[in-house]
Amino acid sequence: MTDTLTLSQIAYHFAPTLTLVVVGLLVLILGMLFPRMYRETLAAVVLFGFGIAVFYAVQNWSESVRLFHGMIIVDKFSNGFACLFVIAAGLTLLLSINALENTSLLVSEFFALIIFATVGMLLMAASAHLLTLFLGLELLSVSLYILAGFRRNDKYSIEASFKYFLLGAFASGFLLYGIALIYGSVGSASLTALAEAVKARDLLDTPLLTAGLALMAVGFGFKIALAPFHAWAPDVYQGAPTPIAAFMATGSKAAAFAALLRVVLASGMMTQAVWQQIFWVLAVITMTVGNIVALRQDNIKRLLAYSSIAHAGYILVGVIANNELGSSAVLYYLLSYTFMNIGAFGVVAFLSKTEDELVNLNDYRGLAFRRPFAAVAMAIFMFSLAGIPITAGFMSKFYVFSAAVQSGFLWLVILGVINSMISLYYYLGVVVVMFMQKSETAGEELALERLPAVGLALIIAVFGTLQLGIAPARWMEAFQDLARSVM
Amino acid sequence: MFDNLPILSLLIFLPLAGALLVSLTPRQQTGLMRGLTLGVTLLVFVISLPLFFSFDSSRIAFQFEERLEWIPAMRATYHLGVDGISLLMVLLTTFLSPLVILSSWNDIKTSVKGYLVSMLMLEAGMIGVFVALDLLLFYVFWEVMLIPMYFIIGVWGGQRKIYAAVKFFIYTMVGSLLMLVAILFIYFYYGKVTGTLTFDYVQIRELLFPENYQVWLFLAFGLSFAIKVPMFPFHTWLPDAHVEAPTAGSVILAGVLLKMGTYGFLRFCLPLFPNASLQFTPLLSVLAIIGIIYGAWVAMVQPDVKKLVAYSSVSHLGFVMLGIFTFTQQGLQGGLIQMVNHGLSTGALFLIVGMLYERRHTRAIADFGGLARQLPILTTFFMIATLASIGLPGLNGFVGEFLVLLGTFLTNKVYAAFAATGVIFAAVYMLWMFQRVMFGKLDKEENRNLVDLSKREIAVLVPVTAMMVLIGVWAQPFLGRMETSVDALIRTVHYRAAKVNDAPGLAPLDLGWTKEPPAAVAGE
Repeated sequence: MTDTLTLSQIAYHFAPTLTLVVVGLLVLILGMLFPRMYRETLAAVVLFGFGIAVFYAVQNWSESVRLFHGMIIVDKFSNGFACLFVIAAGLTLLLSINALENTSLLVSEFFALIIFATVGMLLMAASAHLLTLFLGLELLSVSLYILAGFRRNDKYSIEASFKYFLLGAFASGFLLYGIALIYGSVGSASLTALAEAVKARDLLDTPLLTAGLALMAVGFGFKIALAPFHAWAPDVYQGAPTPIAAFMATGSKAAAFAALLRVVLASGMMTQAVWQQIFWVLAVITMTVGNIVALRQDNIKRLLAYSSIAHAGYILVGVIANNELGSSAVLYYLLSYTFMNIGAFGVVAFLSKTEDELVNLNDYRGLAFRRPFAAVAMAIFMFSLAGIPITAGFMSKFYVFSAAVQSGFLWLVILGVINSMISLYYYLGVVVVMFMQKSETAGEELALERLPAVGLALIIAVFGTLQLGIAPARWMEAFQDLARSVM
Repeated sequence: MFDNLPILSLLIFLPLAGALLVSLTPRQQTGLMRGLTLGVTLLVFVISLPLFFSFDSSRIAFQFEERLEWIPAMRATYHLGVDGISLLMVLLTTFLSPLVILSSWNDIKTSVKGYLVSMLMLEAGMIGVFVALDLLLFYVFWEVMLIPMYFIIGVWGGQRKIYAAVKFFIYTMVGSLLMLVAILFIYFYYGKVTGTLTFDYVQIRELLFPENYQVWLFLAFGLSFAIKVPMFPFHTWLPDAHVEAPTAGSVILAGVLLKMGTYGFLRFCLPLFPNASLQFTPLLSVLAIIGIIYGAWVAMVQPDVKKLVAYSSVSHLGFVMLGIFTFTQQGLQGGLIQMVNHGLSTGALFLIVGMLYERRHTRAIADFGGLARQLPILTTFFMIATLASIGLPGLNGFVGEFLVLLGTFLTNKVYAAFAATGVIFAAVYMLWMFQRVMFGKLDKEENRNLVDLSKREIAVLVPVTAMMVLIGVWAQPFLGRMETSVDALIRTVHYRAAKVNDAPGLAPLDLGWTKEPPAAVAGE
């Protein structure tokens, strides 16, 4: 059926991705032609493009079309994720306007790379073939390698870029090796072929396929920052420019989860007790390592990095549940996480105007009395990350855990809950510092002028966090619809 | 005439709307903000009055019910309602809130806006806890109310406020997270047995859980309630939180928050897990008695008035727990009325201690003495509250303690004997404290220039004192409104506990005790 589509039809179905590609190229050209162009103008162009991409994704929402000889599948799942990625990228962009101020950074390249990374994410979520998946992943990763090292004069940034590159290359190697083995056992790298082969011959017992899936799992483990493959994350998040750290923690994690869900559902991995157990253990280790190490951080970016590791563990619980509720819970969690985590990094970006970022917890002492808006927003994000009701974080944890209870993983849920208790301590710590301690330093350093772009990003994030926490009904239904379309 | 008015929603959303209004007020306008808050809380109180006066005390079913879809995907509803058990708790909340705002009029000077917003959010959350009839909704209110309280202790508290606030938050949260798992388990278990998923309390209480499940579920729910009560040995957060919190925070903590724990036992543990409740009765009764006596003893040796009152709460809440777990009409009614009484008299004591502190900036008993002549009005109020707290006949405390002891005596004479010593100890530590603070020689120079209560302070104390006297001499309107619900609750527990083995899964509940009263009655 793919071959019967005309070029314009293909363009229509593929429009969100195409739009982003065009916008990315446009940004590069604009940057070349008008090197002195205002950041705001350029950002407006990009945001307009994002708007069009979302528009197209919503337009062909309920289609289910295979393109390019079955390499790409455009369905509710991919369109839903497209919206999520664009939201993450848009918020990141708004944050970057601030981060790029007073720096020698190349604005148009920075924006273009964010856009290309987003294209990579879109490809990952829409891939019906392992090679497309790999292609998307590499496009995303290479963009992020560069973005992580964008603060060229900062040694931490260089270190972040280098570390991320080396470990990312390893991860890609694992993934590719895994793909090769799967190809070897199935005879095709198409996810449909994989699903059919598994169904027909119960291939899951063959060592070749098992090895392939295991290697892929390791690759995904790196990308999602599951323990024990998480070691790069804190250093990279710390060194990367704050908006990029936010982008990595949300967008690229969401993309990896999207791809993981596709592979897991196609291969039927989670119907097997062994795989469930392996992921069970991975989830518990990830949550525990993330939360316990986060307890001892006094650099807020590192704290958020470890918290992000822990959250990957919670999200994985939804994958393990392996039911409709679980898949939609993963989607719900990823969207919530996008708002609250970009929000939290956003506050950091909000307060760090220059290249010297304010990342030490001590810098946040008494913030509530100097910049109440930022402090209240940060408190909301912290409560949300801790999973306290009326925030998105509560609803998504609740949703993930209920999926797991439904599948009978009561102990996994109890361990998750215990982890939530641990995490409470460090999230509260941030609130304590901001609200309950008087600042020792004068308020001068933080006397910044108004920053509309970051402010806007924060307002959107706060709104999303509360909306998803108080009135989750429509979102949950939409995500259940998405989950049903892919299962 | 109020039939079409969603009173309960108004009670929840008016404070929230007030909070929004206050947060939009310019920062310098503290007077306006205080006025707004007071106005809103007063309005909420007025709106809550019809609950009391048009409550039909002969009906068992929930009244003033409201029900809307909340999360259709999970079948969670926005379901509210009150019965005889929650009615007085809601009124206690709406009654204390304006008084608390008025009492802290000059008390709070930094970040007034944040304080008032927290107070209003707290009120909304507390009312929500008492009226929610959906397990998930209940949980949301239960947790979310922690946030404003956390800020109230942590931002406007005393010396060790951070320690107290974090301890308070983590203690309560740790308990309640397991409750969340239990709620999820109930949700899916109900779905498995009946084929429909729901969080609706009214539907879920139709379900009788197998005995071994009941034990675990009881423990998961009970832990969070026991921490909140606080039951010995989970009480250690309470003295810290009470002492460090600002006066208003202490009043709300003692007046309402602690009641959420005992309310939780009444609302969830007893009817949903009757067998486990009966099974755990000896343990909980003994812990309650330890709480009564231990709280009293520790209170006795406190050099700090506020700490003394805080420990007396441990003792008083022990009485409530003891009463509840007698499963007798007298004990349960006594426990419920004692929940109100403790809110009033301990609330009043905290208010008075706060007033003393505002004057002298100390709470050490040793710093006072002979204040009676200097502060006659304050002394009068203090005396009434003290006497109410120790259960003098004619004041509210007597009614509750008497009923609790009566109920206990009917079920277990040994428990009653031990609990009764708590009453004596209470008289000792309260009167001794009162004597050292108010009587004797006025030998401290600083105490000579103290001014007596202002009109505002009198306005705060008069309503509380009036209520204490009213309940003391005419408790019938209050007891009458809870009678049917309490009766139904006791019958349910006994009836269903006996049925647990015949019908795992669904067991009739409402019909069971209205049409043919089962034989099992209290006191046998």
